[in-house]
Amino acid sequence: MNKKILNTGITVFSILLGLLWLIPLVWLIGTAFSVPSFHMTLFPTTAFTLDNIYYVWNAVPFGTYYINTLTLVIVTFVVQFVTSTMAAYALAVMDFKGATLVFAVIFMQIIIPNDVLITPNFMTLADLKLVDTKLGIMLPFFGSAMAIFLLRQHFKTIPKALAEAARIDGATTWQTIWKVYMPLAKPAYLSFAVISVSYHWNNYLWPLIVTNSPENRTLTVGLAIFAKSKEANMQWANVCAAAFIIILPLLLAFFVAQKQFMSSFVSAGVKE
Amino acid sequence: MRTMKTYTKEQRARRQNVTAWLLVAPALTFMLVFTVYPIFRSIYLSLTNYKLGMQAPEFAGLANYTKLMGSKLFWKVMGNTLYFALITIVPSMIGGLFLAVLVNRKSRATGFIRTSFFYPAVMPMIAIASIWMFIYMAKNGLFDQMLISLGFEPMNVLSNKKTVLPAMAVMYVWKEAGYLMVFFLSGIQGISEDVMEAARIDGANAWTVFRKITLPLLAPTFLFVSTIALTNSFKLVDHVVIMTEGAPSNASTLLLYYIYQQGFTNFNYGLSSALTTIMLVLLMIVALPRFLSQDKKIHYN
Amino acid sequence: MKKKVALALASTMMVSAAVSGCGNSGRAVAPETKAPENQAETTAASAATEAASKDALHLTFYYPVNVGGDAAKLMEKICADFNKENPDIVVEPVYTGNYDDTVTKIQTAMQGGTPPDVFVSLATQRFTMASTGMAMPLDDLIAADGDEGKAYIDDFLDGFMEDSYVDGKIYSIPFQRSTEILYYNKDAFKEVGLDPEKAPESWDELVEYGQKLTNDNRYGVGIALNSGSAQWTFTGFCLQNSANGENLATEDGKTALFNTPENVEALQFWLDLQNKYKIMAPGIVQWTDLPTQFLAGEVAMIYHTTGNLANISKNADFEFGTAFLPGNKRMAAPTGGGNFYISNGISEDRVQAAWKFIKFATSTECAAQWALDTGYVATRESCFETDLLKKYYEDLPQAKTAYEQIAVSKPELTTYNAAEMWRILNDNIQAAVVGDATAEEALANAQEEADAVLEEYQ
Repeated sequence: MNKKILNTGITVFSILLGLLWLIPLVWLIGTAFSVPSFHMTLFPTTAFTLDNIYYVWNAVPFGTYYINTLTLVIVTFVVQFVTSTMAAYALAVMDFKGATLVFAVIFMQIIIPNDVLITPNFMTLADLKLVDTKLGIMLPFFGSAMAIFLLRQHFKTIPKALAEAARIDGATTWQTIWKVYMPLAKPAYLSFAVISVSYHWNNYLWPLIVTNSPENRTLTVGLAIFAKSKEANMQWANVCAAAFIIILPLLLAFFVAQKQFMSSFVSAGVKE
Repeated sequence: MRTMKTYTKEQRARRQNVTAWLLVAPALTFMLVFTVYPIFRSIYLSLTNYKLGMQAPEFAGLANYTKLMGSKLFWKVMGNTLYFALITIVPSMIGGLFLAVLVNRKSRATGFIRTSFFYPAVMPMIAIASIWMFIYMAKNGLFDQMLISLGFEPMNVLSNKKTVLPAMAVMYVWKEAGYLMVFFLSGIQGISEDVMEAARIDGANAWTVFRKITLPLLAPTFLFVSTIALTNSFKLVDHVVIMTEGAPSNASTLLLYYIYQQGFTNFNYGLSSALTTIMLVLLMIVALPRFLSQDKKIHYN
Repeated sequence: MKKKVALALASTMMVSAAVSGCGNSGRAVAPETKAPENQAETTAASAATEAASKDALHLTFYYPVNVGGDAAKLMEKICADFNKENPDIVVEPVYTGNYDDTVTKIQTAMQGGTPPDVFVSLATQRFTMASTGMAMPLDDLIAADGDEGKAYIDDFLDGFMEDSYVDGKIYSIPFQRSTEILYYNKDAFKEVGLDPEKAPESWDELVEYGQKLTNDNRYGVGIALNSGSAQWTFTGFCLQNSANGENLATEDGKTALFNTPENVEALQFWLDLQNKYKIMAPGIVQWTDLPTQFLAGEVAMIYHTTGNLANISKNADFEFGTAFLPGNKRMAAPTGGGNFYISNGISEDRVQAAWKFIKFATSTECAAQWALDTGYVATRESCFETDLLKKYYEDLPQAKTAYEQIAVSKPELTTYNAAEMWRILNDNIQAAVVGDATAEEALANAQEEADAVLEEYQ
């Protein structure tokens, strides 16, 4: 009996804590859809309106930013998909001279994320004349240590006999990867897709540094322009509206497929 | 069916080498250009006085480093960075573990609470910071309004040098704890049910089981999670850009923000590179235990 | 292109009644633009622009907007109007965020090898622009225009033109310029028995009024002390306290004058407002929060930009007045804001096109319209002769304060490495405000750091 009460108590407590965690989101949505007022309240006290969303959408070319972010996220993922699959296959299945060197580079990137190399990487982009281009935003992420590692770990669990059998059947390396390894490593790919997409959807500092013109700006950079505009007033309604526009797709995806999201985040934390 | 050619062992090995390198080459090239090369470039540029308007970097020896060592601001920034790491990592790890234990129970509410703890992790820091900036806004912000309605004085937390980093840390823990929760959760679920059951049969209560079995078995998870958390706390500065720009009086200037500011506001590439190099050293120190532990294996099997 | 023009058109209808556009471009001679209806006119014009744009000269134009989204649309309209009038040139406006972001963006673009041809940046950036060779001197262009060129330059208000020079050469043309004024709540004045038509004129009066106005729910005085704003207001206080009119730096921008006894006094006065008289909120109030607090009746007098006038007059549910900043040893106020620059090293035809665009955007009509729509101060004497502004001042007499105050206004802190110098001054002011240092220590420290930065220019 006592145990049951304790259990219920813990459940109630967890729910309260969960509600506490939801406060910023509740406030964000409420504010985005109501007429701005001087004092903030958790739940809106003013009338419902779509004006904030409407205003924000038209004040900044969010349509373009959406397309840009989508393009970046997709292209980056596709390129990572190809480069990482190839490298992961080599590292998982083949014995070759210099593999240690490749591992060393991979560990280097895991330890030192590109996020901190903004100054030298910007200079490299300037040398390549790629400042203010979408390619410039993506290029540093085309070789992803995380993806390679994740896929390699998964590939290693696939019995080599399968690859051997395919080879005996006359399959080329490509065909072996395509027909044997990729289908069997689906969960790993899914994880890496979730991680890659959410990272690049959310990335801010690097796109900020690289982009100058609206044609190339991402959603996060667009939002920051709003949040930082110095002489606007009572703009929290607008900023909430802008934030809402940006977080909506990922948040929806998360609510639909939360298990996938969580297991992806776990598997991305490279496990030895 | 193609005809199978027979190769000598050496030929096969050579062929395999070539194929492997061809497969690795694209990813490796990008990593070399955007991870390895910039590391060395930072180290090189940190030894020059390169800045905006200069044709080429001029060698300056350790001038940037001596300048930094003698600069009060630099030490303040380092202090802030470590302090912020400490006050974000410890609570978010404890919080993450706590949430994991809560979520690991069999209850109808689990789905809801797991979602509400984790959702901040999929939101961009920039959006979170923009929102929390208003939550923390002086007097009219949500936080101060709540304080007022509870009968307290408004705090204006972002403008006070003592509260600015803790305030950011609260936001950070809110974002990070749910993320770390999933690692602990997978760690806990990885512990064999038999071990737990055996302990329970021996009459151990839940707290004892947690302390004597769960916690020790989670040691590798702890190590791993602390590395992620530390690295994250060093590499995330979007909130500083949006919320304070380092104010007040540099009380919230973190190392990466300082790098950004020196590099992209003041255009002191030399100094910015020296700071980057220091950051690299920090990150390597953070990663060290994980590599050492690979030999020692603190796993309990 | 079409989309932009349509946007600009929509914004015109939304934001103001700027039907004719500046430069009377609606009545330009090109036959395509004679269509009777606005919509058709714009479409035709944009079609013409598109047709012409293939071999037209494309100029990239970076500009910051500090007053929210609408100004960006107005700027796009100015460009669209210009493009309509000049089919051989296409100016492509690029909104680059606030001033700080824009400074960064211009410099990273230059580093990246794709500099804008023409840009608006802070007037205070001109030394940096000149010393790093990013912007070009405009004297030859002005001279080439002969008497017209001279008349053009002479028409700008002296208070604004003053900060266009580097070593005697003109590097920039005033565009979106503002000054700081005192906004005060007349209802609050009445409530405590002060004459609502008489704002404080001196520091002593500021304290006296502030003490009367302060109560449990309201502070008397509000000044934004965050980075990027504190140094602006501080320039005003230093000037007000200066017997000989000395600013925070020498006019050549090579020497900082932070820790003079007069400036220490000025900073001490700020600290006193907070700690001694307790008529200003402690800590740091953000620039963007201040007008909201004023509108909510939580602070009775605020130091803020003229750029906020439209917002305040729109949202105030009480009577408000504007006034000169209170003086001490003299009356003074800081000016600030952005000027036009032309990038160095672009081809001659681009320079000519950029110059043409600058003259268009700063023409009397355009400058007047821009001032009206944004709340900035019109930059040219002739603007104030236009019916547009005359009517504006009739409708909103509070707007006139800024113009009248220009006579006693001086440029804000302007030196080489301006961004870094601002940061140094702001950080140290904040150090004093949060109690890390006394006023004297803070400014001594600021001076030391500033000297180190400016050492190479000595």
